[in-house]
Amino acid sequence: MAQPFIEFKDVSKRFGDLQVLDKVNLRIYSGEITAIIGKSGVGKSVLLKHIIGLIKPDSGQILINGKPLSEFTKTEWRNFKRSLSYMFQSNALFDSLTVFENIALPLKERTRLPNKVIREKVEYRIHQFELQEVQDRYPSQISGGMQKRVALARALVTEPTMILFDEPTTGLDPLRKNAVLNMIAHYQHEIGFTGVMVSHDIPDVFFISNRVAIIENKKIPFQGTPLELEQTDNEVVWQFIHGQEVLQDQLTGLDPRQKVEQLIKELTDKVAKGREPFSVGLFTIDDLDEIKKGVGYIASQRVFQCLAMTLKSYMSSNEYAARIGTGEILAVFPGSGASRVKKLIEDLRRDCSRQELMDPSKYKKVCIDFALKAGVVEVNTRMDMATILAKARENQQVIAKMECKGASNRK
Amino acid sequence: MNPESVEGQGSLLRFINWLGQITIKIVSELGAIAIFFVYGFTLIFSLPFQFRKIVQQIYFIGVKSFLIISLIGLFTGMVLGLQGYYSLVKFGSEGMLGAAVALSLIRELGPVLTALMIIGRAGSSIAAEIGIMRISEQIDALDTMDINPMRYLVSPRIAASIISFPLLTALFDVIGILGGYLTGVLLLGVNSGIFFNRIYDSVVAKDITGGFIKSLVFALLVSTICCYQGYFTHMRPGGYGAKGVSLATTSAVVISCVCVLVVDYVLTSFLL
Repeated sequence: MAQPFIEFKDVSKRFGDLQVLDKVNLRIYSGEITAIIGKSGVGKSVLLKHIIGLIKPDSGQILINGKPLSEFTKTEWRNFKRSLSYMFQSNALFDSLTVFENIALPLKERTRLPNKVIREKVEYRIHQFELQEVQDRYPSQISGGMQKRVALARALVTEPTMILFDEPTTGLDPLRKNAVLNMIAHYQHEIGFTGVMVSHDIPDVFFISNRVAIIENKKIPFQGTPLELEQTDNEVVWQFIHGQEVLQDQLTGLDPRQKVEQLIKELTDKVAKGREPFSVGLFTIDDLDEIKKGVGYIASQRVFQCLAMTLKSYMSSNEYAARIGTGEILAVFPGSGASRVKKLIEDLRRDCSRQELMDPSKYKKVCIDFALKAGVVEVNTRMDMATILAKARENQQVIAKMECKGASNRK
Repeated sequence: MNPESVEGQGSLLRFINWLGQITIKIVSELGAIAIFFVYGFTLIFSLPFQFRKIVQQIYFIGVKSFLIISLIGLFTGMVLGLQGYYSLVKFGSEGMLGAAVALSLIRELGPVLTALMIIGRAGSSIAAEIGIMRISEQIDALDTMDINPMRYLVSPRIAASIISFPLLTALFDVIGILGGYLTGVLLLGVNSGIFFNRIYDSVVAKDITGGFIKSLVFALLVSTICCYQGYFTHMRPGGYGAKGVSLATTSAVVISCVCVLVVDYVLTSFLL
């Protein structure tokens, strides 16, 4: 690949006793938007501030076009800095200057342009970001979303070749967030600047990024294109992309998938040594994806949540259940025969038919048929995971159903 | 060696250790302030000249202090007139009142009280304003825009102080003398001609240049200390955010006042 525009080489930084970055390696390419994502407080902003020299690394190097920052002459550094804009997380607008003066400041202080030209340039940005009405107000008099727009306008007014965005969308409502991301993507296409964006708005930032770097535990465990990101097996990365599912599992009290798989493996080994058998149950919501598409994301999640929580309420503490697919839950019952699970399925059947979610009249706009299925396998010989799943699927029967019989909005 | 003496030695060592640390801290702080001042001062003359910003600061530091300085000057002069009269009348030399009031104002009270008043009015707000800009990352923002924050924030304030302090001191002196006239002549009946004639006879150019030099030095001291305290709010141990700004403002005022009085003594002993 081509030479990166900016490259971090083994950069370490600590503040007092707190190690923030530990031999971080990062590459940023010219003309691309690179998103740096990570949890709050893992040093994303610190990483960004290294590029613009607000923070100096304890060890390691930062290369700009292959040349270490520390070897830059004063003029080179100045020229580099002049080609940059930095959008602060806190906006850092000058609170004693009006919106207009804020946007005009970099031009006024740095260039010798005549006032008329400055005024034209600033008015163009003000117009572009629809700030006409507030241009004479002070930053504290306008809303947070507007402040972000002012900060963005101020960052763009100098026509930089590189912009560093520190959480440009934090604290904005979803519509404004989309608008800001849209603006960034739009101007990136138009002007072709290099963008580095620190964010935790996942997955929204992926749509406008060419590259993604994840920072976790003082390191960067992954950097690459968003596509590569989706393909990677890295656990930290997986948690980031599937953040919503992880939250869902925590809400419903489901266990991590790895734990259940590990347990099944251990129990099978014991069964092979002649210990008592155990049972595995597979519970599926048919057509959860259909519900998601037709009725909506929240409805689909509610249906899943309902199944998971009802199921969990009938399970004792040594029995575990985990999500293994969008609408599938795998449960393991150590030391129980199939009859234990069959009784549980009976309970589930009784409970589910009473649920509001299974009532077609609740779906006013769109109604989609769906069914709950359950299957059970008693494991008493050595079997591998795939066989257990296949058998369970084979044994699955419908235990509850929602049918939009005669409903006018049936799809 | 018995354990007691070891312990005694330990605490003595600790004391010396502490003394050393404090000394190093003070010396390095003084060095930092000196560098800060030299850098800020030289940037006043960098091009393009920041005429507008200096005028704005003169307006803030100087013009807006006009009323308070006049008021303090008037009452200081009046009380000097009163006190002076009752002391001088014992020796039958109440005619010297004009000289006593004018000399003490021009040489001492004018520069010192003016400096103290400006510290309270403008110095504290300089420290607070720059401190808030520091904690809300506005100074970092200037830096990222390649606008030198020292040039943008500190230099105009130092320049404006250099211009405002002597002028305000002069105003203080004049109004103070008028105050002395008010109590001495109008209230207590000292002869008006003698009052002014004594001033004319006793005040020499050296007194005025002395006061002028003092007010210049105070201007540099006060503006540098207040800007410095605000500028490095974030480096302050234990104070973050609003708390840091409040600590910065307090120490800006306290350190400036102490420095003004100490330096006043030193300067007086050189100038006399």
